[in-house]
Amino acid sequence: MAADTDATLSSGFRLLHAAASAQASRTDALFLAMLLLCGTVAVVLLVLVTWFSLRYRRSRVVDRTPPRQMKGIEVAWTVTPLLIFFGVFGWAARDYVTMADPPADALPISVVARQWMWKLQHRNGRREINELHVPLGQPVRLLMTSQDAIHSFFVPAFRLKQDVVPGRYTGLWFTATKLGEFRLFCAEYCGTDHSQMLGRIVVMPPAEYTRWLGSGNEQPSLAQYGFALFRSLGCSGCHEPASTVHAPSLDGILGRTVHLQDGRTIVADENYVRDSILVPRKDVVAGFAPVMPSFAGQVSEEDIEALIAYLRSTGATAAGAGAPR
Amino acid sequence: MNSVSDAIVRPPSAPAPAPSPSYLEDGHTLRSWLTTHDHKRIAILYAISITVFFFIGGLAATVIRLELATPAGDLVSHDTYNKLFTAHGVIMVWLFLIPSIPSVFGNFLIPLMIGAKDLAFPRLNLLSWYLYVAGGAIVLAALALGGVDTGWTFYAPYATMFSNSWVALTLVGVFVVGFSSILTGLNFIVTVHTLRAPGLGWFKLPLFVWAHYATAIILVLATPVLAITTLLVVAERLLQIGVFDPAHGGDPLLFQHLFWFYSHPAVYIMVLPAMGVVSEIVPCFARKRIFGYRFMAYAILGIASIGFLVWGHHMFVSGQSLAASLVFSLLSFLVAVPSAIKVFNWTATLYKGSIRFDAPMLYALGFVGLFTIGGLTGLFVASLALDVHLTDTYFVVAHFHYIMVGGSVMAYFGALHFWWPKATGRMYPELWGRIAAVLIFVGFNLTFFPQFLLGLRGMPRRYHAYPPEFHQLHMASSMGAVVLALGYLLPLVYFAYSLRATCRTSANPFGALGLEWQTRSPPPTHNFDRPPTVPEHVYDYATPTKAEPARTPAAQATSP
Repeated sequence: MAADTDATLSSGFRLLHAAASAQASRTDALFLAMLLLCGTVAVVLLVLVTWFSLRYRRSRVVDRTPPRQMKGIEVAWTVTPLLIFFGVFGWAARDYVTMADPPADALPISVVARQWMWKLQHRNGRREINELHVPLGQPVRLLMTSQDAIHSFFVPAFRLKQDVVPGRYTGLWFTATKLGEFRLFCAEYCGTDHSQMLGRIVVMPPAEYTRWLGSGNEQPSLAQYGFALFRSLGCSGCHEPASTVHAPSLDGILGRTVHLQDGRTIVADENYVRDSILVPRKDVVAGFAPVMPSFAGQVSEEDIEALIAYLRSTGATAAGAGAPR
Repeated sequence: MNSVSDAIVRPPSAPAPAPSPSYLEDGHTLRSWLTTHDHKRIAILYAISITVFFFIGGLAATVIRLELATPAGDLVSHDTYNKLFTAHGVIMVWLFLIPSIPSVFGNFLIPLMIGAKDLAFPRLNLLSWYLYVAGGAIVLAALALGGVDTGWTFYAPYATMFSNSWVALTLVGVFVVGFSSILTGLNFIVTVHTLRAPGLGWFKLPLFVWAHYATAIILVLATPVLAITTLLVVAERLLQIGVFDPAHGGDPLLFQHLFWFYSHPAVYIMVLPAMGVVSEIVPCFARKRIFGYRFMAYAILGIASIGFLVWGHHMFVSGQSLAASLVFSLLSFLVAVPSAIKVFNWTATLYKGSIRFDAPMLYALGFVGLFTIGGLTGLFVASLALDVHLTDTYFVVAHFHYIMVGGSVMAYFGALHFWWPKATGRMYPELWGRIAAVLIFVGFNLTFFPQFLLGLRGMPRRYHAYPPEFHQLHMASSMGAVVLALGYLLPLVYFAYSLRATCRTSANPFGALGLEWQTRSPPPTHNFDRPPTVPEHVYDYATPTKAEPARTPAAQATSP
C-alpha cells in the first residue's frame, strides 16, 4: 500500500478521515450533529447519576421526602426524544435517498468482485485490478456484481459503502472532491483472505484522467465488445428488427418502461437485462412467446456488463435511469 | 421453619417436624443433580455450563485481541483467525448471552418472585438444559474437528457454497440449542400466567418478571425462524437445493432477512432480562420505589413488540429496496424511545434515594452508563446515511459490545452478586466484589471505546491484518482487554472462596423486598416454608414497616 494513501490521517488526531467526496461532507455534518446531540444527552445523564449518587448516598443527612409521581415529566421525556428522532431520521433519510439517485451524466464503471480481488473496467474498455482511477469533480457510477460470495465496496474517505451481491447488480455513485489516493476495503466478510481484499481509489485532475484512460489501452470499448458479443452469441439473430423470430427490440431498452405478460410493469434496469439473459422466463414481455434460451454458463459477469454497455449505447436513453443503488 | 410449614410442603405422614432441607442439601449425589426437577438446581446446572462456555468464548476473544495488537497477521493464520471470531460469536451469542440471565436467574427467581413452588413444567425445564448441553456439545465438536469460518452470521452464499469448514454441524448445534430456548420461553409464559400467588396481580409483578415474560414471548416467536433458517442453510449446503445461492436460483438477501428476523429480536432476548435485573437492584440499593413502574412495564412490552419490526436496519447497504430501508430506519428510532424511558427512570429512581454502593449496585450503575452509550451509538447506526459509513466497521462492533457486554454481561454479574447470598446462603468478600466491578467497568471501556474511533476512521470488522494507521487504537483496545480479562477472572476466585462455611450470611443481607427474600437462603426445595405475603406495592422501599397502610397511587390502579 502506498505510503501517501490517506496521508492526512497520520498528521494529528481526528475522528474521521478528511472528507474526499461530496457525500462525505454531508455525512460528516450529520455525524457532528449527532455527536453533539447524543454527547449532550450522555453528559447530562452522567452528571445527574453522579450528582444523585453523591447527594443521596446513605451516609448523608439530606431531605429525602419522596417526590410525587410526576406523569407530566414521564410524558415529556417520552415525547421529546420521539420528536427529535423523527428529525434525525428525516435528515439521514434525505441524504440516503440522494445516495440512491445517481445523476444521469455519471461516468459508468463496471465492477466485478471475487475472492479476493476487485476487477474494474472503464467505459473505453480499460481494465484495472484493485485500483480505480477517477476524475476529480465528476460523478462516477459503479455497477457492481460478485462472482462468488457477497463482498462490500467501502471507501472510508468517501463515507460510502455498498454490498456487492452475486446474482444481481448493486450501484454506488460518488463525486470525488479531493485529489489523492484513498483506501478501498472489502467490508463484508468473504472468507480466508477477506482482510487482503484491499485496493485504492486514485482521484486525478480530469485532463490527466483522460490521458491516463487513453494510454496503453488496446481493448475495444466496453460497448464495442458488447456489440461483438451481441453478434457472436446470436442475440442479434432474434432481436434485430429484420429478424424472422418474434422478439422485442432492445433499442434504448435501459430506462424504458416494459409491460410484462403477467400484467406487471417494470422499468428496465441493469438487473432486468441481466435476468433476461440468464433467466429469460422470469419477466416475459407482453405479446411475446417465452422462446428465448438461457445464456447462463455461456457468459461471464464481464460479458454481461459489456452487453449492458452496448445496450445503453443504443437509443438515446438517459444513462443511470432506473439504476440500482 | 416450623411444623406448620412442613404440613404444607410435606405429606402429613412425614414424621419429623425438623425444617425441610435447603435445595442444595436435598440430595448430594451427581444423580440427584442430573435428574432434578427443581428449578433452582436446574438454574445452578445452567450457571455452571454457561460459565464454561463464557470462558471458552473469552479465550477466543483473548487470542483475537492478541492477534490484533499488531497490524500484521502474524500470530495465527488467516483461516484460524476467521474461525476464532466465528467461535467467539457463536459461543457468546447462543451458548452464553441468550441463556445467561433467563436460564440462570429467570429459572431460579421467577417461581420465587411469584410465590410458586416451581416452574409450570419442571420436567420440560430439565429437558431444556439437556438440549442446551447437547447443542453446546455439538458446537464444541465442530470446533474440535476444525471449526467454522463463516462468522456467527452465516451469510449465504458464503456459508452455503464457499466455506470449507464445519458449517452444517455447527448449525445443527445452534438448531438444538434453539429448542432449549423455545422450551424455556414456553415454561416462563405458562408459569407467569398460572402460578402467581393469590393477590399477585400483573402490576404487582417485579419488573424482572415482566422483562422475562416479554423475553419468553420473543424466544417462542423468533427462535423457530432461526431453526427454519439453519435448516435451509444445511439443506442448501448438503443437498444443493437453491434457496439462498443465486447460482442455484436462490436469493442471498432472503437469508439476511430470515437471519435478522431472529437475530435482531435476539438482542432484546439478551437485553430485556438485563433491564429486569437492574430494575431490581437499583430500588434496593437506593431504598426507593422504582420511578414510573407502569411506564417501565409498558416500555418492556414496547421494546419486545417493536423489536420484531426493525431487523432490516442490518441491511441498509445490502441492496434491499430504498423503501424497506426507510421504513426500517424509522422503526429503529421508535424502538429507541422505550429504551430511553428506562434509562431516565433508573436515573430518576436515584433522586431522593438513600444510596449504598455495594457490588451489585456498582454493576447496575455500570449497566446504566454503558447501556446509555450503546443505545446512543445505536442512533448513529439507525441513521441511514451515517450507517452507510459505519456499518460493518468497528463502530458497529463497539456499539453491540456496549449493549451486549457493557449491558447484558454487567447485569449478569450484578445479578450474580445480588442473588449469590440467596442461592448459596453465603456472602462473597464485599471489597473484592467492588474491585472486580470497577475493573470490569474500566477494562470494558478501555477495550471497546477505541473501537468506536477505529470504526469512524473506517476500520472494517473481521480483518485479520490491517493497515498501519489503525495500530495505536487496536493496541489500546488489546491492552484494555487485559484489564477486562482480569476483572472477569476475579469473581471466579472470590465466589469459590465464599462457598466456605465461614461465609454464611443471613436470609436477606441486602434488606431487599421481593418475595424471593421472604424465604430462607438458600431456599428449601419447595421454595417457601409458609406462603409469602404479597405486599401492596412491589418496590415498597420507601415505607419503613410493612404494617403501615399503603399510600401509593399505583397500588390503587392495581387489578389482580
